[in-house]
Amino acid sequence: MSKVEEATAVTAVTTRRNFLRSVVGMASVAAVATPLARKTATPASGSRNTIQSTPAQQVTAVDGPQDPLERMRADLARALQKPEAERRWVMVIDLRKCVGCTACTISCVAENHLPPGVVYRPVLEEEIGTFPNVAKRFLPRPCMQCDNPPCVDVCPVGATWKRSDGIIEIDYDQCIGCRYCITACPYNARTFDRGFVYNDESYVDNSVTFVGVADAEAYEMAAPYEYGEERPRKDGRSPIGNARKCHFCLHRLEKGMLPACTTTCIGRATYFGDASDPDSLVADLIASPNVMRLKEALGTEPKVYYLQ
Amino acid sequence: MNNNNSWKRILWLLSGVGFLIGLYGLYARLTLGHTDANYGSYIPWGLWVAGYVYLIGLSAGAFLLSTLVYVFRVKILEPIGRLALFTAVTTLVGAMVLIFLDLGHPERAWRLALHTNFRSIMGWMIWLYTGYFILLLVELWFASRVDLVACAGNPGFSGRLCRFLSFGSQDVSPERAAKDRHTLRILGTIGVPLAIAFHGGVGALFGVIGAREYWHSGLSPIFFLVGALLSGGALLTFVTAIWGPDVKSEKGQKLVLLLGQITLGLLAFDVLLEWAEYSIGLWNAVPGKTNGLLLTLKGPYWWVFWFVHLGLGVIVPGLLLALRGRSISAITTAGALIAVTFLSVRLNFVIPALAEPELEGLRTAFTGPGLTFSYFPSVSEWMLFIWAISVAALIFLAGTQLLPLTPKEA
Ligand code: SF4
Ligand code: SF4
Repeated sequence: MSKVEEATAVTAVTTRRNFLRSVVGMASVAAVATPLARKTATPASGSRNTIQSTPAQQVTAVDGPQDPLERMRADLARALQKPEAERRWVMVIDLRKCVGCTACTISCVAENHLPPGVVYRPVLEEEIGTFPNVAKRFLPRPCMQCDNPPCVDVCPVGATWKRSDGIIEIDYDQCIGCRYCITACPYNARTFDRGFVYNDESYVDNSVTFVGVADAEAYEMAAPYEYGEERPRKDGRSPIGNARKCHFCLHRLEKGMLPACTTTCIGRATYFGDASDPDSLVADLIASPNVMRLKEALGTEPKVYYLQ
Repeated sequence: MNNNNSWKRILWLLSGVGFLIGLYGLYARLTLGHTDANYGSYIPWGLWVAGYVYLIGLSAGAFLLSTLVYVFRVKILEPIGRLALFTAVTTLVGAMVLIFLDLGHPERAWRLALHTNFRSIMGWMIWLYTGYFILLLVELWFASRVDLVACAGNPGFSGRLCRFLSFGSQDVSPERAAKDRHTLRILGTIGVPLAIAFHGGVGALFGVIGAREYWHSGLSPIFFLVGALLSGGALLTFVTAIWGPDVKSEKGQKLVLLLGQITLGLLAFDVLLEWAEYSIGLWNAVPGKTNGLLLTLKGPYWWVFWFVHLGLGVIVPGLLLALRGRSISAITTAGALIAVTFLSVRLNFVIPALAEPELEGLRTAFTGPGLTFSYFPSVSEWMLFIWAISVAALIFLAGTQLLPLTPKEA
């Protein structure tokens, strides 16, 4: 833990953050220890013990002394100075640090007011091995914002496209809801908004009294900030009836904020930034040898990278 | 004839009841949107898309057979040219109703025409369908013109309808009739590539989806075309036996026997293609690719393949056609069986491809309505499907009563 403490002292943030950071650091290190040990131990047999005692700093070293969130915010601010076409937004997810808490999934649901049946960033759980030699791997799966997106060309009305900064956008007013794009995505990253709401009778358990139901309902029906548009949830209006997917929180980026999943990741496993800026944290990370992308063989060129 | 009349009565009854109970599906779709359906995010296409593919196949098949009359001038088939065209029109209407209501925003369907993305195969569809629909109507008009002029003198609604539909045309001279035939040949000739393009196109629409191994095959468009010919041919055989020339006459009998043989040939060809798909797919070196096929053979809805498709759609009609190929009732039954059960082929094409998660672990990662990889159509989905079929059937039945769809001497 010494490295973590040292780092926090250097960045001289508030005492409260120091506390949180230490706790988070401990939690993530504890949680990744087993899968890390299992994964890396397999090829070189007998090395398990050494690996298991890997000190925390090896796991967090890539972050440097600075809080990665602070660094990413600075990276983001720099990227926003450039014209849109010169930015290359990428996300990096460190699988060794992901603890499978799904905070990112939920923060995304909250940020974008996602209804039942729509999810932008589920965390997939995979069990590797057989008992007692099992490890769990958690894999958060946002939209890959493919550089060669198979979902774009199939749209019969051109309602979805790749922006010059690489984010794949959907225009909810143009989308006719044919769902062709959903079938074309090799990552199941698009979902269909059928018009459900969480506060619907069929979801609410009347035998239990929930506190704050009215507020939650108001929140759910209120317009999210997606694509910077005002879209309250009512009368079957878009995005109801549309295909929906992760957009790297474009609306937040434009205001200089990191995506919701990135800021809420308690394991500090999610990184975000402009890969065309050589000084950015993500540019460092995607240069690591242990980087991989999902279904690389398809040639979709995802802009979400995983570290393993 | 008596036999035919009872078939007709049964069909009127079925379509009428189907229309009425199906109204519930329409009501549910209009008031509840997509919330009462069982397709969703992971299986975004369900019964309505499969039903649309099914109906469009029937239409394309019936149309392509009509070209035997108008383009290739196969004399013996001449009496059923209009029936074939009208079958193609009504099934196309049913297909359009279904796919229109399947859209998340049907009110924006006009965007398909005015904002077409021609890089998308679906983008092409709207143009091909519109062209095809217009062509069908014009062709049907030229094929019926002389008889429309004749029945314009009839009393009652039928006469008024004929008068209206003849659009003032009066000329029934043999020269003019020969001219009509020439026009029909040109129209039919345009129709052949059009029908191949749009139905092959529906196959290609699926075939180009590289993300779904199950669909992603160069054989998909071919499979669709042959399926269209088979299902459309089978339907036309059934239709001919009921509404065509009197099967007691030698001409009528010959016609049905010939259609029965055509259907049997198409069935054999379709089975061959299916064998190619399944054997190559299952004998695959990469096991992941076989999942969709295994799902149809051994999944929760295995009976759809084994009983509905293979049993009722291939073996029973195949045996009827091969062994009792001279019996009109056997041919009629075989035609009806193939035409009806072909829906199972379309369902087994559309759904299994979607019922496999693209990534390990998705099944349980986040749940909710539609975030599931199993699918069985909901009651309101079935009802709307039945409604669309009934609408098509009712238009067809009304047409057979009111329009001169078969030559008078028949
Ligand atoms: S992950 Fe799917 S939805 Fe996202 S860009 Fe790629 S193909 Fe499109
Ligand atoms: S669902 Fe919408 S975005 Fe997707 S292909 Fe259809 S129209 Fe385009």
